[in-house]
Order: sequence, then structure tokens, then C-alpha cells
Amino acid sequence: MSTATTNAPQKRSFTAAASVYVNERTSVAGFVKELGRKAFPDHWSFLLGEVALFAFVVVLISGTFLTFFFQASMAEVHYNGSYVPLKGVEMSVAMASTLDISFDIRGGLFVRQMHHWAALLFVAAIGLHMLRIFFTGAFRKPRELNWVIGFVLFILAMAEGFTGYSLPDDLLSGNGLAIINGMIKGFPLVGTWMSFLLFGGEFPGTDIVGRLYTLHILLLPALVVAFVALHLVFVVVHKHTQYAGPGKTPGNAVGPPILPVYAAKAGGFFFIVFGVLALIASLFTINPIWNYGPYDPSPVSAGTQPDWYIGFADGALRLIPPGWEFVWLDRTWSFNILVPIIAIGVFIVLALMYPFIEAWVKGDKREHHIADRPRNAPTRTAIGAAGVTFYAGLWAAASSDLLATHFSLTMEGVIHALQAVVILGPFVAYFITKRVCIALQKKDREIVLHGFESGRIVKLPGGEFIEVHEPLDEYERWRLVSFETYEPLMLRPNSRGKITFGQRLRAGMSRWFFEDRIAPVTKGELEAGHGEHH
Amino acid sequence: MSENRKSPMNRQKRRTGRRHPLATVALLALGLVFTGGAYAAFSTGTAQAESSANSQQTIDEGKKLFQANCATCHGLAAQGTTDGPSLVGVGAAAVDFQVGTGRMPMQMQGPQAQKKPVQFTDEQVKQLAYYVASLGPGPDIPADHLTNGGGDAANGAELFRINCAMCHNVAGAGGALTEGKFAPALTDVTGVHIYEAMVTGPQNMPVFNDMNISPEDKRDIITYLKYVQDNRSPGGFELGSIGPVAEGLFIWIFGLGSLVAITVWITAKSN
Amino acid sequence: MAQDDHSGTEIAAADSSHAAPAASPGTALIAPDSFENPGFPPHRPRVTDEDPKREKRAQRTVYTLFYLSILGSVWAIAAYMLFPMESNNVGDVRLNNLFIGLGATLALLGIGFGAVHWAKSLMYDVELVDERHPIGGSPETQAAAVKVFQDADRESGFSRRAVIRNSLIGALLVFPLPAVVLFRGLAPQDQNPIELLSHTMWKKGTRLALDPSGAPIKASDVTMGSAFHVIPEGLQDLEHGKLDEKAKAAVLLMRLDPKDLNELPERKTWSYDGIVAYSKICTHVGCPVALYEQHTHHLLCPCHQSQFDVANHCEVIFGPAKRPLPQLPIAVDDEGYLIAQSDFTEPVGPSFWERH
Repeated sequence: MSTATTNAPQKRSFTAAASVYVNERTSVAGFVKELGRKAFPDHWSFLLGEVALFAFVVVLISGTFLTFFFQASMAEVHYNGSYVPLKGVEMSVAMASTLDISFDIRGGLFVRQMHHWAALLFVAAIGLHMLRIFFTGAFRKPRELNWVIGFVLFILAMAEGFTGYSLPDDLLSGNGLAIINGMIKGFPLVGTWMSFLLFGGEFPGTDIVGRLYTLHILLLPALVVAFVALHLVFVVVHKHTQYAGPGKTPGNAVGPPILPVYAAKAGGFFFIVFGVLALIASLFTINPIWNYGPYDPSPVSAGTQPDWYIGFADGALRLIPPGWEFVWLDRTWSFNILVPIIAIGVFIVLALMYPFIEAWVKGDKREHHIADRPRNAPTRTAIGAAGVTFYAGLWAAASSDLLATHFSLTMEGVIHALQAVVILGPFVAYFITKRVCIALQKKDREIVLHGFESGRIVKLPGGEFIEVHEPLDEYERWRLVSFETYEPLMLRPNSRGKITFGQRLRAGMSRWFFEDRIAPVTKGELEAGHGEHH
Repeated sequence: MSENRKSPMNRQKRRTGRRHPLATVALLALGLVFTGGAYAAFSTGTAQAESSANSQQTIDEGKKLFQANCATCHGLAAQGTTDGPSLVGVGAAAVDFQVGTGRMPMQMQGPQAQKKPVQFTDEQVKQLAYYVASLGPGPDIPADHLTNGGGDAANGAELFRINCAMCHNVAGAGGALTEGKFAPALTDVTGVHIYEAMVTGPQNMPVFNDMNISPEDKRDIITYLKYVQDNRSPGGFELGSIGPVAEGLFIWIFGLGSLVAITVWITAKSN
Repeated sequence: MAQDDHSGTEIAAADSSHAAPAASPGTALIAPDSFENPGFPPHRPRVTDEDPKREKRAQRTVYTLFYLSILGSVWAIAAYMLFPMESNNVGDVRLNNLFIGLGATLALLGIGFGAVHWAKSLMYDVELVDERHPIGGSPETQAAAVKVFQDADRESGFSRRAVIRNSLIGALLVFPLPAVVLFRGLAPQDQNPIELLSHTMWKKGTRLALDPSGAPIKASDVTMGSAFHVIPEGLQDLEHGKLDEKAKAAVLLMRLDPKDLNELPERKTWSYDGIVAYSKICTHVGCPVALYEQHTHHLLCPCHQSQFDVANHCEVIFGPAKRPLPQLPIAVDDEGYLIAQSDFTEPVGPSFWERH
């Protein structure tokens, strides 16, 4: 655009002509008019989803490059590339072609490392983005479905990651697949057959890499792209949430326009994410398959771990005490595998359903576009902290051996401690977080009522020293008082004069959520406060 | 030594810094001249020739050292006590490994003897070794050609993965064992000590005798480990070579951390 | 979409009442005398808005960043040519990766930081205010949508012609099933998983051989404290399914002091002079259990930390596994080589439903 204004006028008429040409064939003017000047609320935490999106774009770009060189075949070859310690070693074509990408194609290792780092970042950014959504209540009506879509994306991203991790057919990922095989076999009734279907016969077979490749580059990316598109359509339909602030209401969205400021920032941020990943890929090794060597069912490496996002599942397997497997009705019941799977399944379903549960407890049917400060929803924040603790305990368990060696502990001690963390930790975290939230709310009330400490000490005529409290201006005050509380539900008989179980449950949960609550300061309270103070 | 010169220059400096003190000790003790910065294998052939020249004297010196430093736990005649096992028949290799890496004498009882600064000069280590070797036949300190890294790295890598990687990690970064024990990292262990560990099985490490892994195969394993030591990862910093856990922590703390810092900058009002 | 004029009044008019007038607030407490929104605070200009020198400087920074980006791209292309890696030398790969990567980094970060800096310091610092409308649309729109469905229903007879509708639903439910059945082809038709999982390559007289060389092992080779990684002799000569067989047949051979061995009565004949052979495949989820501690006689699985006590017929002493590792009965043939007395007497590896 700047060139158009500085250059000769004919140039501009070309731009104009081109715009007209395109518009008359695409009706793009309508979109530009509709979207171009939309306000986009501005806050750092609103960019976390963008990190995930941009990391995914980097994954797509780098992954496309890799498909030109990778061969998803498990046929046996003798490696004949540049890496000396593997020369002549028997391995699959998949492994050999991955080594060729790393050692015999210039820039290949760079793209491979960027692909893997971007994949780790993709899932990590989704995780952080979800935490932001959860703790600010941005999943409330009308955004419940978008929370579900985002959750599906999180699971799809993990599936993408795991299938990709397994493709090079190296020792580390091969043992990962061995673990998957063992877990599937532990399923009642269908497990043995599921394993045979997945691996095309006995483990490891010669089919799995090709099958995972189809999932990894065709089916799963198509699903991710479709869900990302849906996710973003909903962001446009709902307009972004915003934090409470002067001038910001539930009925408006305040921020810089999409064109030009937001577009420049988001576009620039894409290049920054891409650039940071390029920097990491050029400086830090990831997944050194040349160390791991080709998959062979006999060797294994100390510290065999999955990529971080599968860690919580691996950790759950590690935390089961001995002996949780029984023969009953002449069949094997592998509770040492089923219990972790069920526990994780319940955890995921609860997290997925949380927006609906909270909406049901509150009975609030209004739309919510102002993001909560986490302290103003103490029970939700405490539940979130409990969930994070549970997840973190499982995640840490996946590195129990490394925790033991790096902190000079015993492996058994680490496992026992983490068993306690996973079971008791959530309750402790819940309790502490709730108390901290309520304390912070009390402090907010205090500040609204009595102002903030100015740091100025004054000597009163009577010789007493006091610190002067400055009152808040109305803008600052609004940030601290513009939230709503809920009261516990009163249990009342319905129209047929009965109290149903559902009602009782809802009332119980409502009490749990809202029994301890701090209401925002009202005008009356502030005036009364002033009265007694001065 | 030629192996080292081949390695890329950017890493020569680092290696030099780590090797040098050991080379200096060897220089002082044996009066032999080693090229600086080289892989500090002491020339076993020379040591043997020297010690056989005055072997009885060496053994006598070793006996004195033993009685002064080791007999409390291992007994006056190395027959063993409740605090330490008998050393009859463990061979010179076991002593050279245990004392030469500082694991013996032990500082305190623990899950396993820890590596620490070596307590004796190289000459004293040899004297102790040949004294213990004189008590009963056992594995000898390996010859130079087996430990200088001149073998087949590919064969060594395969054997390493099958026999060693489950405890020591595929890149030799070490790993956890039961009840607080651990398999140490092999990243700066000399070829001689690796060889001695394989033939003697120190602590809880199994013994890998010559029928299990032939001397040539052991040489190949050492060759592979030297290759990994001498050639840093083509991908950049290794993050400890401990695998996905380090990678995951890195992306969360540094990757996502730096991007979050940038998001704060992006959305902060200019000035 | 109104340009922000910082008039609080306009904002106050568009209040929560408009978002969804009829929606129930549930158990929300709405205090009658809560504070009113004070409206937008006064606009605060940036230094680049007020100081032309700073504006100039910002402009210089932005275009410098874009030029640096061009430099980075050119450098990445140059690095592709300047740092070849066809020498079998890992150091060259490292340099190639490093310099192409740093070039690309500069190219990308130059654009990124340049664009963001431009937006932050030079583009007009305006904030717009968009009004939100109920997501469900206006009652008229909703009514129109309902009418569309009603018209479509009436015209098609979807509700009226229940037989047609129900048979269509039935057909739609059944038609994907053949596709599901076709996926049966993912596993071979002629294999019985339970049969395959119950047997390995070991049989009576198979010699124990070293992994990976395949050389047979003499009992006298296995000295005290040794751990041998073992495969059945002949495995390396298999044309097909070498890894499938190895995944079941891998064995760890150890020699303990016979005094330390606490053998089950029925297994007294399964060892040879303190030499015992156990499956290397974990009974939990199937990782190779190969970390052998020669003094404690513990075997550790590096994946989930199950521990097995070799001295005590490999029973589980820690971790999530339940069953002991299966033992391979061994003997010595006339030439002194170790041989298997039979196959394993139970399926090796992770549990499965039909295993019992």
C-alpha cells in the first residue's frame, strides 16, 4: 500500500483495477466490509491460541517438505548413508530415509527438527490456551461448543504427535509402540483382536508405520484443519471475550481494528513464532534417532519416555501398585492397564463437560462476554488447580527415573511420593487455591473501600503516625467491582410438589460452589465506609 | 589421538579443557610425556613393562598401600570382612577401575560407590592393582590397542544398544536403577575404565566376559562411545541426551516461555 | 460499528440488558446499587505520536528489521551452498543445520518484529467499539428459520410420511457397516492370535545364541555375575518375520550362585548350575526388561519401573506388573552348549484377554 501512494498514479489504478477485478468475481468486498474493521480485544493471554495456530501452520509447512523425502516402508535395508555408527546396520526403509533427511539432505535436519519442535509447541500452546480459557470462564455461554471443539483439537493434536513420533521406526518410538500394543491387549474382550488389526498381525509386523503415516499426513491433519476452521468461525461469530475494564460492557467488544493493527500484529506474530521455532531448531537437538538406532524388540534405552503430551498417560501406568491383574471367569482382567485408562478417561470427560456442569449449577442463561478474573470465581479456580495438580502428578510420574537420578532419590520413593501427589494433591491444591482466591477478593474489597497504600507516612497532631491511603479513581475501581457472584440454590419443591434427585444434586453442588463468596463492593458500602473513616 | 585431531575444531576446545588435568596427573606420576589435550589413555604396555621390570618391588609397594588404605574393609590379606568383599581373584582390572575412577576407597556406605577425585597417583594405582593381581588370577588391565577407539563404531553401537543402553542410555547419558542406585553416564569415562568395567562388573553391573563380548567387540563398543564423545550432535545442543523429558521441559519453559514474553510485548502499549 | 469517541454515554446505552433481555440469570446476585461503568478513560498518546524524532526512529527500526530479514534469507541460501555435508562428517551436518537455521531465523524474526513494531509504534492508535448482538439472532430471524424448516417438512412430507422417513433412517444407519467390515482386512484372515501369542520360536533342543551375532553359548562361557542377551539359534537366518519372532523369543541369561537361587520345586530342573533364562519381555506392557543388577539379582524394566527378583523365580517386587517373567527351561547338550528343554510353558509378554 505504501508503494502505491509513493509511486506514480498509474500504479494505484492498477491496484484499484485488480481489486475491482477480484471483487466482481468473488464478492470479497462484502467480507472486507464486514470483517475488516472489527474490533479485536487486546490482551497478551488472547494470543496463546494464536501460538497454537501458528505452530500448527509451521508443522504443516515443514511436514509437507518432509513427505517428499520420507518413505513409510518397513522393508529391511542395510543403511548406507553418512552416519558412521550405523553403517551397514539392518533397519527399515522408514528409519533409513529419516536418517537420510538428517545426514544427507542439506537443511533436512533443520526442517525435521523444526517439525518436531513445532509439534511439541503446538500441543503445549493448546494446553496453555485451554488453561487461560478455563480460568477466565471464557467457556461460558455462548462458547461451550467452542470449548468442546478446542478439546477435540487437543486430543487430535496428541494423536498427530504420537503417530508422527512413531514414524521413524527408531528404538525409542518402537518401544512406545510396544507399550501401545501391550495396553491394547489389556482391553477386555476385544484387546487381542484390536492389536492384531492395528499391527496387521503380530507385533511389530511390517504394516504399522505405513498405517500411521496415512493417519499422520492425511486423516488427522484433515480433521485438525476442519476443526481449526470451525473453531475460528465461532471466534468470529461470538466476537472475542474481553476483560472487565472501564468502557467495556457485556454488550460491546473494544479493541484495535482487524485492519490494519490487529492484522499487522497477528501477521507479525506468525513470523515471530516461526522464527523462534527456526532458532530452536538450529540450536537444539530433538529426537536424535541416530542415537536410538533402528527398532529391535530386544534392546531398550534407559529413560524411555514418550513426548511430553503423552507423559501423563505413561505416568499413570507407572503409578499402579503391583498385582492389579486378575484371572476371573477364565479370562485375564488387566486392571493395571484399565484403571489408568479409566481414570484418564474420566478426567478428560469431566474437563470436556465442565462448561455444561457449571452452567447447570448456576442456571444462568445469559451470554457472558466479559472474562472473569480467576479470583472472582474461587471454586472454579480451585477446581482448575486441582485438575492441574492431578495432571502434573501423572506427568511427573512419566519421568520418575530421571527425577530419581537427577535429585539423588530412590525410584521407589519418587513413585510413592507421586502416588500421594496424584491422590491427595488435588484436594490440597483445591483448598489452598480457594483460600487464596477469597483472600485476594477480600484485599480487592479493602482497596475499593479504603484506597491503596500510598507509602506516604503522616504524623497526626496527637503524635500518631499513619500511612495515607489514596482513594481509587473510578476507572481503577471499576476493574475491581465489576463482577457478579452467585448465591446457593434454594431447594424448592417443583410444580408437582416434589424435590427431585436432580434438584438435590444441583442444590448441593450450588452450595459447594457458592457457599463461600465475596460480593463486590456496592455504592452504598463505599459511602458508608467513607462515612466512618473520615 | 589422531581420532581427536579429526574432530571438528569447535569442540576441540571443550575436550581439551576436560582431558587436561588427567593428562597432567599422568605426566607427573609416570614421568611419561603425553601430548596435551589427547585422549588420556595411559600406555598400558609401558606400565606393564615397567612394573614387570621391578615387579616384586611394585607388589610390595602395593601391599603397603593396601594395608594402609584398604585393609580396614577388605582385610589385611584382602580376604574380605563384613564391610567389604574379598579381593582375591578380582584382578588388576578391578582395582585399576575402582581406585582409578576414585570409587575406592569409599567415602561412606551408600547404595553404590560414587565416582570422586582419584585418591592416588597413577603409579600407586598400578602398585595396588598388581598387588591384588598377585593374590589370585583375574582380568588384567587391557592393552592399548583394545581401548584406543580404533575399532568398528557401527558394530560397537549395535552391541552397546543390546548390552548396555538399557542401563546407561543409548547416548551413554546414564540412567536409574532400583533403590537409589544408578548407572553412571559414560560421557567422560576413559576407554580403559570402560573396558575394565565390562570385564569386572563393578557394583551391580553384570560381568561381560570375553565369551559374551569378545575383546574386539569391546574395542568396538569403546570406539562407538568415543565417537559419541568426539562428535557432538549434528542437531545442536543435546539437552543432556536424556530424551523427550528434557525436550518437553525445554519447549514449555524456553519455547512457550519466550513466546509468552513476546505476547506481553506485542499487546503492551507502546512506551 | 462506531468509531470510539470516548463518550461513556454511548457505552452505557448498550448495556447488558440488551445482550439477552429474556435470559434468566440463574442464581446470580445482582445488587441494586452496584457501581455503574464509568466509560472509557481519556486517551493516552504514545511518545511516537508526540515526538517526531521518536517517530522517525521507530520508522528506521522497522525498515532496518525488514532489510535484516532480506539479509537473513540471502544468508540462508548462501549457507546452503557454503556448508556442504557430503563428507561423512557429523560436524559438517551441524554447521549446515546451524547456519541455514540462523539465516532462516533472521529472515523470519525480521519480518515478525518489524511488522509488530510498525503496528505498535506507527499505525494509528485507535480502538474501535463493536456492539455485540445476541448469538441466536433476532426473534424474526429465528422465526424465519423455523418457517423454512416447517415449509421443507410440509413440502417433503418428512414428518407425515413416517414409513419413508423411518426406512431412510434405517438405511442410513446400516449403510456404513460394510465399510466397517472391510477393515477386518487389516489383520490376516488365516491367523489365530491366541495360538500365535502362545508360542515362540523356542523348542526342545534349540540352542541359546548371542544377540545379535547368533553364536551359540556354552554353559562354561556364562561366568558368575554374567548377563547374556539371548536369541534362539537360527533367528537371524529367518527370511520373514525376524522381528516378530524376536519380539517373543528374546531371553536374558544370567548366572547366580546356586545358593542364592530359590527355585520352585517343579522348576528345579529348569536351570543349569545357577544359570537361568527368563523372557526379556515385560509382563506389564511388553518393554524389554533388561536392567540386571548382579548383586541384588533384581531385574528392572526401564519403561514403567516394574522390578523382578531373579533369585526368587522372577516374581514382581515393585511396579505395575503382576506376573513373574516366564522362565525358559534350559539344559546342556553333548557339546556343552546351552539348549532349551522346550518352548516357554506360558505365553510371554503382556497379558491379553484370552490368556488366563
